[in-house]
Amino acid sequence: MTRTVVYTLLVCVLMGVSAYAAFYVAPTEATMGLVQRIFYLHAPSGMTSLAAFLVSFVGSVMFLLTRKPRWDWLAVSSAEVGVAFCTVVLLTGPIWAHPAWGVWWAWDARLTSTLVLWLLYVAFLILRTMIEDADRRAVVSAFFGVFAFLDVPLVYGSIWWWRTQHPQPVVFTSAALDPMMRKVFYLSWLSLMCLMAQLIRQRYELEASREELRALEQELEAR
Amino acid sequence: MSQRVGQLAGIKFSKIEKQFGKLYALRRLDFDVAPGECVALTGRNGSGKTTLLRIATRLTRPTRGEVTFTGAAPGETPAIGYVSHALMLYEELTAAENLLLFAKLLEVPNLAARAAQLLEAANLTSRASSLVRTFSRGMKQRLAIARALLQEPSILLLDEPATGLDTESAARLVNTIRQLRDEGCTIVMSVHGESELSRLATRAVRLDAGALIADTRDGATFQNVFATGEVS
Amino acid sequence: MKLLSDTTVLLQKELQAEFRSHELLTTASIFILIVIVLFSFTFDPTSAESKQFGPGLLWLAFLFSASLMLQPSFLKERTNDTLSALRLAVGDPFAIFLAKLCANTVFLLITQLLLLLVFGVFFNVSVLPIFPKLALVFFLGSLGISTTGTALSAVSSQARMREVLLPILLLPLLVPVLIPSAEATRALFEPEHALRWDWLGILIAFDVVFLTALWLFGEYLLEE
Repeated sequence: MTRTVVYTLLVCVLMGVSAYAAFYVAPTEATMGLVQRIFYLHAPSGMTSLAAFLVSFVGSVMFLLTRKPRWDWLAVSSAEVGVAFCTVVLLTGPIWAHPAWGVWWAWDARLTSTLVLWLLYVAFLILRTMIEDADRRAVVSAFFGVFAFLDVPLVYGSIWWWRTQHPQPVVFTSAALDPMMRKVFYLSWLSLMCLMAQLIRQRYELEASREELRALEQELEAR
Repeated sequence: MSQRVGQLAGIKFSKIEKQFGKLYALRRLDFDVAPGECVALTGRNGSGKTTLLRIATRLTRPTRGEVTFTGAAPGETPAIGYVSHALMLYEELTAAENLLLFAKLLEVPNLAARAAQLLEAANLTSRASSLVRTFSRGMKQRLAIARALLQEPSILLLDEPATGLDTESAARLVNTIRQLRDEGCTIVMSVHGESELSRLATRAVRLDAGALIADTRDGATFQNVFATGEVS
Repeated sequence: MKLLSDTTVLLQKELQAEFRSHELLTTASIFILIVIVLFSFTFDPTSAESKQFGPGLLWLAFLFSASLMLQPSFLKERTNDTLSALRLAVGDPFAIFLAKLCANTVFLLITQLLLLLVFGVFFNVSVLPIFPKLALVFFLGSLGISTTGTALSAVSSQARMREVLLPILLLPLLVPVLIPSAEATRALFEPEHALRWDWLGILIAFDVVFLTALWLFGEYLLEE
């Protein structure tokens, strides 16, 4: 219990520091000004969501190979956290784009790929709600989890090539990163990764408790 | 069909448990069927009969425990014929096509001849080229049994075979099972209560809520095993 | 070997059953036709515009049709529990998937090539000279659609709301098939009739990845 509290506090401190850095330490970008600072949330969130989906993929594969329920708990926990970070990317994108470039959405390769990824993993979560039997749910969603993650590079590749073939009006990255900007970027990324780990762990423990409850209920029924 | 000399096989269920989500279908079942035995498996709906049979066919994986086969060569699974409650037939194919499909998959030797032989024994030769969709329950049942017998199985498992059969079809079923029993085939059939079919059995066993509660091998009488105050 | 012979036997059964009833082919073709007609009302169907929007709408129609028509692939094996009979009789369960996805690829191709001809008539696009190249693109795309669609049919048949679930699962997954297929088709409609191997490369990669994944993990979908 205390370990959770300590770790949570650590994550909060880390996030606080990186937020401060994003606003006050990083130099102001030449063309876009203040609004560019959202980049320190937007880009690392994208990378963090991919990391979460990778963890989910590992969970799915390991579950199919070992059938130990804790891998299924890991798969669903990290998928949910991944979707959350994906949502952050999709919300911060337009918030950044509109003041900076005058459009709410440009079919930029990375943002569009993130959108498809979001749809894929939301589908994964919906699938899970549609199967009652816990064992079948675990096996079937693990299978889809594998398929979903294998699709990720193909989605990124095909969308990127698609945008390369057709002229793009807008670029979503901050061009050349000044060294201080780079440091703040990595700090943000680190803090988000720690947040991700903490959220996954909390969600995992929730799933573990649900399983324990279920087992106890069963034992009661058996008497 | 000839006597199944040297092909007798029995089934051994060790510490079998099966859970479907929250439901315990089978609890710590230890049960074995001797080679050549004809067992009538009875119990209310939901007592675990279908699950037990499906575990024997390896269609369903037990949550815990294992199934082994006695009398078969080590490492080999004896040929098992299974007639499920749903009959597992392709309605959009003809009777002959259904048999030939499975004969090819099971690599049955002389498949055309064997299929014809089985259709004859099931009294379906005249309807061999009719779509199964047009068959009565009794006819589908006979075809399902014919399919189960393609490999001359040492073990035959039937899940409530008498359901939905008229008197004539039921009598035919009894004759078929009697003949197979007399040839030495190990038979396990789930039934709902006493009937002409259950009287063919050399042993009766009752399941309730996934546990084995009565067995004629342990001294219970057939009457006791089948007795029930409830209507299934 | 047994996998090949089992697959051949089952493939023959799938094709025989469908060619006897024509249910799937008929309904799928009519559905694609309806989608194409409705889509045409949303833009000015001159020849130039059709060459622009046509390939995309054609592939969208194919995708929507597939996401509805692939559902019965595994669902129909549940009615009389014939799936259990297959599992008992085949050696490698992958044979069941392989046979179904080959059959589905054939069915998809038949409906697509039929509708391609209709498309050519509706929008005054000459398709016959590029037919072989189009057939290649359609084949690679259909293989991807049927591999994932057949697998997901086995997935959704175990869930509630399966008619809506299959499209929700399948369509985002097929983005890497939609884009290359539409682009390659558009390139073929252009005067140069160029076969774009960059796009076909992505399709081939997709097909290989998902066929392999299905081979490795498919049997888990069939257990109880």
